[in-house]
Amino acid sequence: MSEALELTVAEAARRIAAGELGREEYLRAWQEAAAADSLNAYLWTAEGGDGSQQAEGPLAGVPIAVKDIFTTEGVPTTAGSRILEGYQPPYTSTAVRRLHEAGATLLGKTNMDEFAMGSSNENSAYGPVLNPWDPTRVPGGSSGGSAAAVAGGLAPCAIGTDTGGSIRQPASLCGIVGMKPTYGAISRYGMIAFASSLDQCGPLTRDVTDAALLLAAMEGRDPCDSTSVGIPGGIELPGREDLRGLRFGVPVELAGDGMEAGVRASFEATLEQIEQLGGELDEVPLPHAEHGISAYYVLAPAEASTNLARYDGVRYGLRAEGDDLLEMYERTRAEGFGEEVKRRIMLGTYALSSGYYEAYYGRAQRVRTRIVEDYARAFEAVDFVVTPTSPSVAFELGAKTDDPLAMYLNDFFTVPMPLAGIPAISIPAGLAEPEGGGPRLPVGFQLAAPAFAEAGLLDAAYALEQAIGFDAKPGQER
Amino acid sequence: MSGAELEAVIGLEIHVQLATRTKMFCACELSFGDEPNVHTCPVCLAHPGVLPVPNRRAIEFALQIAAALECEVAQGSIFHRKNYFYPDNPKAYQISQYDSPLATGGRLGEVRIHRVHLEEDAAKMIHVGESGRIHGSGASLVDFNRAGTPLVEIVSEPDLRSAAQVREWAQLLRTTVRQRGVSDVNMDEGSLRCDATVSVRPAGSEELGTKTELKNMNSFRFLERGVGAELERQRELVSAGEPVTQETLHFDPSSGSLTTLRSKEEEHDYRYLPEPDLVPLVPTAEMLKSARASLPELPAARIARYEGELGLAADVAALLASDPRTAAYFEQAIGAGEAEPRVVANWVTGELAAVLREGGGGGGPADSKVAPESLADLIGLVASKRISHGAGKTVLAMIAADGGDPAELVEREGLAQISDDAELGGVVEAAIETNPEAAEQVRLGNQKAVGALVGAVMRETKGRADGGAVTRLIREKLGLA
Amino acid sequence: MIDREQVLHVARLSRLALSEAELERMAGELSHVLEHVDRIAELDLDEVEPTTHVVALENVLREDEPRPSWPREQILEPAPDPDEGAFRVPSPQAEA
Ligand SMILES: [Mg+2]
Ligand SMILES: [Zn+2]
Repeated sequence: MSEALELTVAEAARRIAAGELGREEYLRAWQEAAAADSLNAYLWTAEGGDGSQQAEGPLAGVPIAVKDIFTTEGVPTTAGSRILEGYQPPYTSTAVRRLHEAGATLLGKTNMDEFAMGSSNENSAYGPVLNPWDPTRVPGGSSGGSAAAVAGGLAPCAIGTDTGGSIRQPASLCGIVGMKPTYGAISRYGMIAFASSLDQCGPLTRDVTDAALLLAAMEGRDPCDSTSVGIPGGIELPGREDLRGLRFGVPVELAGDGMEAGVRASFEATLEQIEQLGGELDEVPLPHAEHGISAYYVLAPAEASTNLARYDGVRYGLRAEGDDLLEMYERTRAEGFGEEVKRRIMLGTYALSSGYYEAYYGRAQRVRTRIVEDYARAFEAVDFVVTPTSPSVAFELGAKTDDPLAMYLNDFFTVPMPLAGIPAISIPAGLAEPEGGGPRLPVGFQLAAPAFAEAGLLDAAYALEQAIGFDAKPGQER
Repeated sequence: MSGAELEAVIGLEIHVQLATRTKMFCACELSFGDEPNVHTCPVCLAHPGVLPVPNRRAIEFALQIAAALECEVAQGSIFHRKNYFYPDNPKAYQISQYDSPLATGGRLGEVRIHRVHLEEDAAKMIHVGESGRIHGSGASLVDFNRAGTPLVEIVSEPDLRSAAQVREWAQLLRTTVRQRGVSDVNMDEGSLRCDATVSVRPAGSEELGTKTELKNMNSFRFLERGVGAELERQRELVSAGEPVTQETLHFDPSSGSLTTLRSKEEEHDYRYLPEPDLVPLVPTAEMLKSARASLPELPAARIARYEGELGLAADVAALLASDPRTAAYFEQAIGAGEAEPRVVANWVTGELAAVLREGGGGGGPADSKVAPESLADLIGLVASKRISHGAGKTVLAMIAADGGDPAELVEREGLAQISDDAELGGVVEAAIETNPEAAEQVRLGNQKAVGALVGAVMRETKGRADGGAVTRLIREKLGLA
Repeated sequence: MIDREQVLHVARLSRLALSEAELERMAGELSHVLEHVDRIAELDLDEVEPTTHVVALENVLREDEPRPSWPREQILEPAPDPDEGAFRVPSPQAEA
């Protein structure tokens, strides 16, 4: 059976459908692998067979690891927070329901930064997740549990959420594929809100084909989400072999500092491969990209401060006793939320408060407009904008916990896309030695495309993935 | 300065619960007076991950109110989050409208409307005493049945000048909204709630004095009394040269007194932000048209239309048009059959009114058991001579008493008109035989005597005979034709 | 940049009880972040419309058709203090 665990989702699903692979057997093997989690990637794992699973469908028999931010009826859902410890939602999120309808089975709920706030998974109330490539390092975040589970052989595939890079950055740091679709492609219903105008669900998989498979199952308009549209034209499995006739834009501003040498080298090598595949490279100006972090760290906390106000100890979740209502509120939230969440609630509340709204929230919204315009202009000249996914490879646990701003700046390459609402994918591009030495670690390459151009994005990523031929596995480097 | 020279400046902020079937942002049914927490779901309880989806009818109703108040509807409006913590506010923000409301700048009577916007209602809190668990502290129970009920907030300009005018105007507003059928507008049940902003200023001055806000006046009488009491208080203060403090006051109906609501300064910082879970509302031309089309016709316009277009006599038109429900009944009856409006009008104001008067029920046609469609059917039966006019009245009385279908009743009671000469001929001959004097009088040219013979035929046929045919046959049998 | 008093005010608005030490640290960290964010103050954005949303949708509405509400036992199940079919909370003000 261990051989079956090596299969991609597409191949496993094909064999199950053809009767070449036992469905129960396959599920049990993955359940055993998940149960043996030594990375703290899971917060909950399923046990026993799943009689309710759909017999047919493109994902029939495929077990999926789901970030603990998606509600699953009757299955604990905490969003990595103490304030939701023991909470069992009365309903299932649309994304998970759609996966079930495509035949998939819930394998487990994965660890994450509390309410998806973080880039290292060190902000979980249930302990940090370890990077399968080097357990002294972070897997990235906030979908760190999902990324580590897929990279560490604890799940064949996973889903996560991306608000400022929370799918792409951990995928990059763990050497797997992670995709953030266009805003509105997948319903947000049942996806616990962090920043509602930015949050989007997406796949974390071993390869681009599997990402397309999961995306195809989840995308679609949902009457429960007023902001959902689906992907016009749907999603087909990618199959492109070259990049002829496609133009790839490298932001002019990328020449700036802050990138590790190994990351830069890997990025440049990938650019060469693009040219070898017939792709055309170009420089594109994204003059406001440098303000992306500023806009993001005003808008996301502002939305979060109101989204997280409902955790008040009244209807569900943690309550700390107090002599009066105010004391109950303040103690419940002080005990229930972790440091980073409190910091962002404070930051967001401040940005919205009387006298500061225009200076912070209002201005950030206008910067967002500029970023949207930057990308619109760039896509008149090129088909894709490419960058590294993260300026560094996986960093050591605790390395940035004392400096919130340093942690935020790490999201430099991933925050502009959610601000612009456009899709982006991170694929493993190779390995690089971390700054300060040590075994080599995965580097991600990011491609961004215009809104709803997922089909083309997946095709280009697929062609590049085939050319790169990344086949390194955790453990081999040590 | 004496109090008499001080002019009152009063504005109203009115919340109207819309009479939709479901809540503003979820599909829970609206209710009043049910057991606590039986009309809730993850959405209206603000469980993690839920999203709001607006109720189309709530928006249509709000547009109707905006049309009735002659407001200008915004080409696009958006929802905002109004943030404050309180147990009756499950998301800790109310979805409301802020700087981009549904409609602005209208008028009702002599009072200008500042704005009309949509929002959602809060839950109900019932304060209970000592909890017994924590020493010395009370507790409240929260019932979320009401949470999320669609509300329209109507804000007037400060154009009201006395407590009595406030009451009159609020009642006018209630009538206006009630006529639209978009709300129960009942102050007892809380589907209509009025808050007032009150200030005084020297008569003739354009400047506004410091205003206070009055809450919790849950009847028109209390509204008038509360505003009156606050005006008196402010006039006394100003006359004594003392300042009015800006504050929120709570009206206590039992004592008639006003108490200050304590509030912390941060509670006024609602940190409004555009609701990212919802998309803009852009009323289409069609939505606006149907909102305007649903405006009720004023009685005077309706009387003119009945006279002009339907050809009714002035007195009949006035009878039908003055009550909107009677008018609606009449128009439904016209629409349900082929008869001329004048004929239908005569039945409604004549035969039906008489039957209802005799029945003693006291209500109008719209309250009777005679559906407008049944009346139309009945008129049709008479017009096509399937039944006689007299039988028609009999059937009408039966329906008014017990309901029923005209055609079925005609069948069951055997009331179908006899106009067949062969069948009627025998009855006419028998009538001539048993009334020889009357027959002789007719022969001698006394036309009035025909009535006695016709009456005999009608008695014999229980009113089912065709009156015209009977008269003709009598004359034939007597050799006069 | 943001002083202790402001932090305290924001903490009250956010309903977060912060210890003295947390207040101090928060003041420093928030100031540090805001200093970075303040770079957007230099941009000329007067003519720029704010972006609230990137989806080009309007009038996404639901028909006024009821669906069954949740059973009361189920919605009270996760309540910290259910009582008589309702959610019990402490009173707004402690009695002296
Ligand atoms: Mg209001
Ligand atoms: Zn509901």
